[in-house]
Amino acid sequence: MSIDAIDKRLIGATQAGLPLTPEPYAEIARQLGIDEAEVIDRMQSMQARGVIRRVALAPNHYALGMVANGMSVWDVVDDRASELGAKVGALDFVSHCYLRPRAEGWPYNLFAMVHGHDRAEVETKRAEIAALLGPACRAQDILYSTRILKKTGLRLRGEG
Amino acid sequence: MRRKPLPDDALDATDRAILNALQEGFPIAPHPFDTAGAELGLAGEALIARILRLREIGAITRFGPFFDAAAMGGAFCLCAMEVPAERFEEVMTLVNDHDEVAHNYERNHRLNMWFVLADVAPEGIDRVADEIEGETGLRVLRFPKLEEFFIGFRVAA
Repeated sequence: MSIDAIDKRLIGATQAGLPLTPEPYAEIARQLGIDEAEVIDRMQSMQARGVIRRVALAPNHYALGMVANGMSVWDVVDDRASELGAKVGALDFVSHCYLRPRAEGWPYNLFAMVHGHDRAEVETKRAEIAALLGPACRAQDILYSTRILKKTGLRLRGEG
Repeated sequence: MRRKPLPDDALDATDRAILNALQEGFPIAPHPFDTAGAELGLAGEALIARILRLREIGAITRFGPFFDAAAMGGAFCLCAMEVPAERFEEVMTLVNDHDEVAHNYERNHRLNMWFVLADVAPEGIDRVADEIEGETGLRVLRFPKLEEFFIGFRVAA
């Protein structure tokens, strides 16, 4: 997934979003001093390589009423963790899904952020995941956030 | 970012169709709003005007490319700490004081402080986690991602 200096400038120019103008890629091209075709080629190439996951609109799920969420955690048997993790990640109510190492006093290796309109809906979704995992899951828990202590955007440093 | 639901009448059927359709993707091509608008029965200019308004009222958090954070040259690690209740505010200040702490949440668990460390290099993650351990005298459990799964998350508008 190598990216060159122009890709990095392109990332920097679009990180905050696409311009809301009829020709957004031409607008970005003007900012970078290259032409629109190159911007489009490079972005399509980055998408093909997985550097860009997708170009899309992200709704504010809070504004749309999805105000509850919990970090569900699961102890899934190792030899089925990848296969089952992929199924959990594909659920439309799961926003982040990762395999992570277990730790002392922490048996869980699969993390899935579950969203719903309220806590009860989150618990219903959690039960759906439990049913999907079946006996391959040995233990589970869910952690609700009680306070945001810090929130800053993930910044890309050293671009240029 | 707005964290409260919009009033029910804030969005009409066209707004909802836009939110649902553009979550799936947006063209990387010349005149993309014309192309995306055609499928919604909207001229490109009308689609742009709708998106501007949706952004203004806080219905959208982002519109554009979603980058793979690691591909952008960063290292990330979810970390957790068990912080005694009487030390919570003090530890929170020490942790948040590091620029590498991107976000930090209190959670209802024995492990009650969860944060993400972000740095340009993988070595930076352990360095900062070790520093936090030194400053607080508490363990920082590290949960780097081993595998990430395709994200199917969609919000029905």
